[in-house]
Amino acid sequence: MDKFMNKDAGLYVLFRKELADHFRSKRFTIVLMLIAVTCLASIYSAGMGIREAVSKEGNEFVFLKLFTSSGGSLPSFAAFISFLGPLVGLALGFDSINGERNRGTLSRLLSQPIHRDTVINGKFLAGLAVLSIMIITLGLSIGGFGIILTGIPPTLEELGRMLIFIFITIVYMALWLAVSQLFSLLFKQTATSALAGIAIWLFFVVFINLFAGLIADGIFPVTDQAGAVEILRNQRLRQGINRLSPTLLYDEAVVTILNPGVRTLGLVLLDQIEGAIPGVLPLGQSILLIWPHIVGMIAATALCFAIGYVYFMKQEVRA
Amino acid sequence: MEGKKKIIRTENLSKRYGNHTAVDGLNLEITEGEVYGLLGPNGAGKTTTILMLLGLTEPTDGTVWVNDFNSTRDPIAVKRIVSYLPDNVGFYEDMTGRENLMYTARLNSIEDAEADKKIKSLAVRVGLAEYIDNKVATYSKGMRQRLGIADVLIKDPRIVIMDEPTFGIDPKGIGELLELIRELSEKDGRTVLVSSHHLHQMEKICDRVGIFVNGKLIASGPIDTLWKQVSHEQGHIVELRAEPDTRELGELIRNTGEAEEVLYDRGMYTVISKTDIRQKLVRSLSDNGFSLMHLRIRGGDLDDIYRRYFAREGVV
Repeated sequence: MDKFMNKDAGLYVLFRKELADHFRSKRFTIVLMLIAVTCLASIYSAGMGIREAVSKEGNEFVFLKLFTSSGGSLPSFAAFISFLGPLVGLALGFDSINGERNRGTLSRLLSQPIHRDTVINGKFLAGLAVLSIMIITLGLSIGGFGIILTGIPPTLEELGRMLIFIFITIVYMALWLAVSQLFSLLFKQTATSALAGIAIWLFFVVFINLFAGLIADGIFPVTDQAGAVEILRNQRLRQGINRLSPTLLYDEAVVTILNPGVRTLGLVLLDQIEGAIPGVLPLGQSILLIWPHIVGMIAATALCFAIGYVYFMKQEVRA
Repeated sequence: MEGKKKIIRTENLSKRYGNHTAVDGLNLEITEGEVYGLLGPNGAGKTTTILMLLGLTEPTDGTVWVNDFNSTRDPIAVKRIVSYLPDNVGFYEDMTGRENLMYTARLNSIEDAEADKKIKSLAVRVGLAEYIDNKVATYSKGMRQRLGIADVLIKDPRIVIMDEPTFGIDPKGIGELLELIRELSEKDGRTVLVSSHHLHQMEKICDRVGIFVNGKLIASGPIDTLWKQVSHEQGHIVELRAEPDTRELGELIRNTGEAEEVLYDRGMYTVISKTDIRQKLVRSLSDNGFSLMHLRIRGGDLDDIYRRYFAREGVV
């Protein structure tokens, strides 16, 4: 019991220090400004567009449209977060271990009476806390901003959907935090781990779609005479590969949760929707639809963290 | 020292990295309250040994006992009583000296009020009282090292381990630092383990030294005992300079009888013999009208011990 208490005390001290470090760092300020400014701009332009839309289409789930509609020239809030979210996670974690090592503080830290895993746990939890605070604050204030802008208060279901959206966003960013923390263990130089993080981010956000197309067309070529089966196979494979990317998982999950009209995420044949009544899904059904996405992202986060954890426990302390 | 507790014990401690053996069958015993110097060239396995003592690196073979705790199985208990000052110690640059010390204190579950008091007195003791609220980024290398000493002492450890503590510090700073280290043992009664390759510095502060080459401890004991061992094997070496420096002087020295080998270099004779022939030499010199300018029996200092041991091991 005594040991357990001491371990907890060490974890709390480390967590608090890391948290303070993040909030005081210029890096955090820069990332926060970047996210806040782009998101406010997108919400503003979406809000202006929504006013007109409401008068035409009626006001079902108008509040949620704040996050998904791209009024005018700017992408939607959700699209911005999907693109910039990885950057937040990467920025918070890319130098967490190798930075300590390069400054010569790691061996001093580890020679204190704390368990070795306390260091990696504390750092991850602090990063997680920082991005949670950031996203919750941003999400809620943008919600409030939206109410003022449109004059339409959210329903209970809309509020629930917004909170789930915030939760999914935190998981998405935590995944990138775990990736960057893993890189900070694998690479000795902070610049290398930052670059590796950016490389994998660009790959999953931009390039994986091109690769998926290439591979799918190579395995199931779609010619002019191709039947429905070939096209279907091609598309399935393309989507399957794309879903390796957490960005696509996030996009699909967000679209589903913020737009109750989305009923399916796969490819649908015409005869499958024959007779279907257009309508919205209840919250529970929307969650059911994206449950694999959420679990997948959490699992990927856990996997990255676990690999880093094992690696850190076995790593030599000296450089 | 006899009868006191052996606070650090290693039994056949070994560490291998692939084919390379960093530490090879080390049996080391350090008595409570002494200053022990771990001497050896770079890459001899000193740092690896230290990390194994702290439980930061797992030994391939053998065990470490620190105050009867097994360092590998119970590193937390060991780290509660052992402080470690790594070589090239680093601090969080954008925090002040005080904040850095406070962080260490908190990690050691020291109450803030008590830590405040300790930081105040330690800052005075290591001579950083004026600068303790400045950011570490503004500190010089010597100040960092002194902050390191304060950091090490904040948890009031029974054992202090320092890895190359004088590395990169100017001569004045080294003097102060060595004095501080000596105080840790004399005033506070702590056990100090210092690793270094600077012999004359260690000579000033260590009760006992161990000489470490290629992962093996090839000699261990008080400096004068080590010297006796060496001179027993290799004979006495006397340095001598006399006026007038003529050919007759050389003849005279060579004919003293017991001199086994006489070397001459720029006015300085080096005489190697089985026994101590200083008295004989001095008498015959004055009898023949030479005036003695310099006479020194070489050895007794660590440099020679070191050099000879290395020569024997084929390192130098």
